[in-house]
Amino acid sequence: MIEINVEKRLDGAAGSQLLRVDSRWDSGQRVALFGASGAGKTTLLRMLAGLVRPDAGRIVVDGELWFDSRKGVCLPAQARRVGMVFQDYALFPHLSVRGNLEFAQARKDPQRVDELLALTGLAALATRKPATLSGGQQQRVALARALAAEPRLLLLDEPLSALDPDLREQLQGELLALQQRFALSTVLVSHDLAEVFRLAQHVLRLEAGQVIGEGAPAELFLAQSGGGRFHLAAQVLAIRRVDVVEMASLLVGGQIVDVVLDEGEAARLRVGASVTIAAKGFSPLIL
Amino acid sequence: MWTELDWAPLWLTFRLAGITTLILLLIGVPLAAWLAATQSRFKPVAETLVSMPLVLPPSVLGFYLLLAFSPNSALGGWLLATFDLRLVFTFEGLVLGSVLFSLPFMVHPLQSALSALPHSLSEAAYTLGRSRSNTLFTVLLPNIKGALLAGIVLSFAHTVGEFGVVLMIGGNIPGVTKVASIAIYDEVESLNYAAANLYAGVLFVLSFVILLAVYLFNRRALRAA
Repeated sequence: MIEINVEKRLDGAAGSQLLRVDSRWDSGQRVALFGASGAGKTTLLRMLAGLVRPDAGRIVVDGELWFDSRKGVCLPAQARRVGMVFQDYALFPHLSVRGNLEFAQARKDPQRVDELLALTGLAALATRKPATLSGGQQQRVALARALAAEPRLLLLDEPLSALDPDLREQLQGELLALQQRFALSTVLVSHDLAEVFRLAQHVLRLEAGQVIGEGAPAELFLAQSGGGRFHLAAQVLAIRRVDVVEMASLLVGGQIVDVVLDEGEAARLRVGASVTIAAKGFSPLIL
Repeated sequence: MWTELDWAPLWLTFRLAGITTLILLLIGVPLAAWLAATQSRFKPVAETLVSMPLVLPPSVLGFYLLLAFSPNSALGGWLLATFDLRLVFTFEGLVLGSVLFSLPFMVHPLQSALSALPHSLSEAAYTLGRSRSNTLFTVLLPNIKGALLAGIVLSFAHTVGEFGVVLMIGGNIPGVTKVASIAIYDEVESLNYAAANLYAGVLFVLSFVILLAVYLFNRRALRAA
């Protein structure tokens, strides 16, 4: 069981806001912190890692007290045994791939290093320096290094955001397989809905420092978007009259679609406005 | 001509520069690490103090050191009485003066290189269980080798080239405080241009070779990276 109940005042570009989170989830689960940038996701993750100190509250992980402002307890990052994958990977440039993994081990365990290198497909690259690797390979090294420390909690800060969509999808699968193999409690920060939907079992949706929704991804996102409906962001490009009806040309996800407007809608809409269109998802063609 | 030359000033110069550089490494690395990481209110004051020797005339620094460590002053008298340590007109005094005077040449390259490293590198080391000092030595310093070399070479070369501080606090005692730069001045004053030429030539060639070696090393390191 992981319990987190913390408060911290954040001073960002958009002024000061209060980050307040009170949540608990079962060990071994994959939890996603989801929301727009600036919502406080990364700060929350860094509080779990011990890199940022909350103003007040309590963090308990599997029965061990990590932070308690009232008792004055704050376990340093060094003693928490978390495996953290940073957004920029933070690989040590002067060490080889194998060296990066070995660095993570308090006691040398070459067998585990070999096993992780094999699992992540890095065995052939073990002697290479991080700067000579591709983005996807660097991401795998970062993950393998986090796992090499035999962490109690795996923390991932936008781990796949720097990669192209195909690679992202492939690595999501690898990440899932590794997490299940080691049955690790995992907290993932992401602003990508598809990623959260695929990877997480439990989602905390954050907005401006507050939790505005929490639950399984299916419950949370389907409930919010009204079940079997598409909600799509669109931009109005043009409105024109064709015979007896008003037509609007909308830009939706890179495509331009003409829709028929009723008179009320035609009066309300302006060219250039951003709108949301909803459509039934009943038996669409899936290509 | 070479055999008649008194080599003591040159030997003394390189001994002074070597010891000064060693002490600066020991002081400069933790100081630069602190300056690069701290958000303390006192950081600007500390940075100013470190940089002062860049703008102060060496004679000003030397003058104050002379006043502070003279056996007639409170500090100088106390050092002499308690530790039997005399810092005026001695080699130890030269070392102290040189360390203060060359401090920015060690601290600045290290501090800017450490500040340029991503924060996440040290944070990653912390989450992997490493202490601050362990992180400094196993992660940060190995990634700023170029700056370390620059700091060492600049401190060494700057100490070799020192004149004002050394003259003020050390005077001109053969074998004790008469370094090469002062020996040149001395020989010129007594119109002994041949000896001055030799000292000057040795310093010129050595400085050129040291700096050239650094630039060649940096070029190779850049290509390798």
